[in-house]
Amino acid sequence: MARTGPAFRAGKRGQVLLTGLLLVLLAFTVAPLYWLLIAATHNQHDIFGRPPHLLPGGELGANLAHLQTSVDFGQVVLNSVLMATSYTVLGGIVCTLAGYGFAKYRFRGRGFLFSVLLLALVVPTQLTIVPLFKLMVNLGWLNSYQAVLLPNLALPFGIFLMRQSMRALPDELLQAGRIDGCGELRLFFRVALPTMKPALAALAMFLFLFQWNDFLWPLVALRDPSSYTIPVALAALTGSSDVDYGQLLTGTAVAAVPMAVLFLFLQKHFVSGMLAGAVKQ
Amino acid sequence: MSLAVRERAKERGKRPARPAGTARRTGGGTARLAPYLFILPALALFAAFRLYPIGWSFVLSLYHTEGMTQTWTGLGNYQRLIHDPLFWKALGNTGLILVVQVPVMLCLALGLSVALNSALLRWKPLFRLGFFLPVVTGLVTYGLMMGALLNQDSGAVNWLLSLVGLPEVHWLTDPFWAKVSVMLALTWHYTGYNAVIYLARLQGIPDEHYEAAAVDGAGAWRRFWHITLPGLRPALLLTVVLSTIGTLQLFDEPFIMTGGGPDNATTTIGVYLYQTGFRYFDFGYASAIGYALVLIISVFGLIQVKLAKEED
Repeated sequence: MARTGPAFRAGKRGQVLLTGLLLVLLAFTVAPLYWLLIAATHNQHDIFGRPPHLLPGGELGANLAHLQTSVDFGQVVLNSVLMATSYTVLGGIVCTLAGYGFAKYRFRGRGFLFSVLLLALVVPTQLTIVPLFKLMVNLGWLNSYQAVLLPNLALPFGIFLMRQSMRALPDELLQAGRIDGCGELRLFFRVALPTMKPALAALAMFLFLFQWNDFLWPLVALRDPSSYTIPVALAALTGSSDVDYGQLLTGTAVAAVPMAVLFLFLQKHFVSGMLAGAVKQ
Repeated sequence: MSLAVRERAKERGKRPARPAGTARRTGGGTARLAPYLFILPALALFAAFRLYPIGWSFVLSLYHTEGMTQTWTGLGNYQRLIHDPLFWKALGNTGLILVVQVPVMLCLALGLSVALNSALLRWKPLFRLGFFLPVVTGLVTYGLMMGALLNQDSGAVNWLLSLVGLPEVHWLTDPFWAKVSVMLALTWHYTGYNAVIYLARLQGIPDEHYEAAAVDGAGAWRRFWHITLPGLRPALLLTVVLSTIGTLQLFDEPFIMTGGGPDNATTTIGVYLYQTGFRYFDFGYASAIGYALVLIISVFGLIQVKLAKEED
C-alpha cells in the first residue's frame, strides 16, 4: 500500500493536519480509560485531587483490600471468570451447530425458523425479563449459574456470525466427504470445523465479552451477593450511601483491564468477527 | 441415530432425482434429519427462554399485580399507560436521545471512518486500536467511570472547564446536563463500533472510482458525496437500524450514571420498565410497558425497512 505518486506526496501538509486532528480525538477517547487505571491506584481523596493525578499511586493493594471487605470480591471475580468461560464453551457449541445447520442445509421450515430467530433482535431484552425471573423462581434457579447462562446460550448474533462464516465453506468439500461415506456429524467435526478457526476465535471472544459485561439479566437473576458477577457487584456498591471511589474504581479497572488485554491480543479476529455478524455481504 | 439416518438416505437414493439446486444443497439427500439436529439445541433453548417468556409477558400484561395477588384487568394496564405522564416522559427522553445522539454519533463515526481510510493518515493501526477500545469496555465499567469523571464537585471534567475559565457544570444533577452526560457516554462508547462497520465498507470501494473522479475534476467534497456516501449506503442503513433498536431499549447507561434522575430526566422506557417490575414489583404493568416498547420498535423497524426499499 505504499503510495508514492506525485499526488500523494503533495499531501504532506494534509497528512500532518489529519493525523494531528485524529490524535486529539484519540486523546479524548483513551483519556477516560487512562484516568481509570490511574485512579485505581489512588485513595478516595487523591482520585479527586486537583489537578488529577497522571501517574500511578501506591494504593492499589489498599483499595483491593477495602473492596474485599465490602463484598467478597475474590468470589465475585471467580464467578465472572467461571460464568464467562462456561458461557463461551456452551454458547459456542450451540451457536456453531445452529450456524452450520442454517448455512449448509436446505430443509423444510428453514426460512421460517431463521426469521423466528431474527425476531429476537426486535423484541427488547427487558420484555422477557419479568417472565424469565418468574420462571427462574419457579425452577428454584435464582442465584445459580444456569439461570444466568441458559437464557442467552442461543445468542442470535452468534448464530448469524457462524452462519455467515460457514457459508464461505465450499459445498463441494462436504459433498466429497459424503461420497466417501462420511456421516453428517463427522463431516461437521472433521471437515467443517477445522476450516472455521478464525470464525471460532471471533465467536469465542464475542461470547466471553458479552457474558463478562452483561448486566441487566444477571442483576435480576442474582440476588445473593455471593453469586454476583463483577458488574452486578459494582452496581450494588454504588447503591450504598457513602461510596468509596477508591474501591469502586479499582473494581471497575479489574473489570476493564482483562478485556482490554484480550482485545489487544486478538483484535484482528475480534474486529473481523464483529463485522461478519454485522455486515451482510 | 446415524444408522437410522443412513437407512433413510438409502431409501431416498432410490427415489427420482430432486430439482438440481436443492439436491446439491442437501448433498443428494444424504440426511434429512441432520439439519434439524444441528439447530435443535439452539431452537429448544430459544423456545424455552425467549419465545415462552414473550408469550407469558403478554398474558401478564393483562393482569393487575399487587404483591402476590393477580387480578384480571384486560386492557387496563394499557389504558393506564396512555394516561401515565411518567411513561410519556420516559418515551420523550428516549426519543430525544434517538434524534440527537444517534445522528451526532453516526456523523462522527462517518468522519472517523473516512479519516481512518485516508491515504494521508499515518499510524493507522494505533488509531484503529484506540478508537475501538471503548467498545470492549463494559457498560457498568464505563458508566461508573463517566460518573466519576463528571462528578460535579471534584470530577476531572469540571476541573478542565475551570482551567479555561468556564463555570462548573452540574453534569449529573441538572436535568438538562444529565441528559447530555448520558449522550456523551453513549457517543464515547459506540462511535468506534460504527466507524469500524463503515470502514469495512469503505475498503471495498475501489480506488479507481476516486481516481477517475479526480481526473474528471471532482473535488474532495463531490467525491465524498457521489462515491463514498452511495458506497456506504448499506452500512449506513445497518447502523441506523442497530442504533435505533439499541436506543429504544436503552437501560444500562442511565441506570448506572443517574439512576434515571434527576427528576426522571434520564428515565428511559427501559429504566421505567425495570423500576416498575423490580422496584415496585408491578409485573403486569411492567409487561404492558414492554409490549408498548415492542410496538414502537416494530413501527420504527418497518419505517426504516420501507425507506430503504423506496430508495432502491
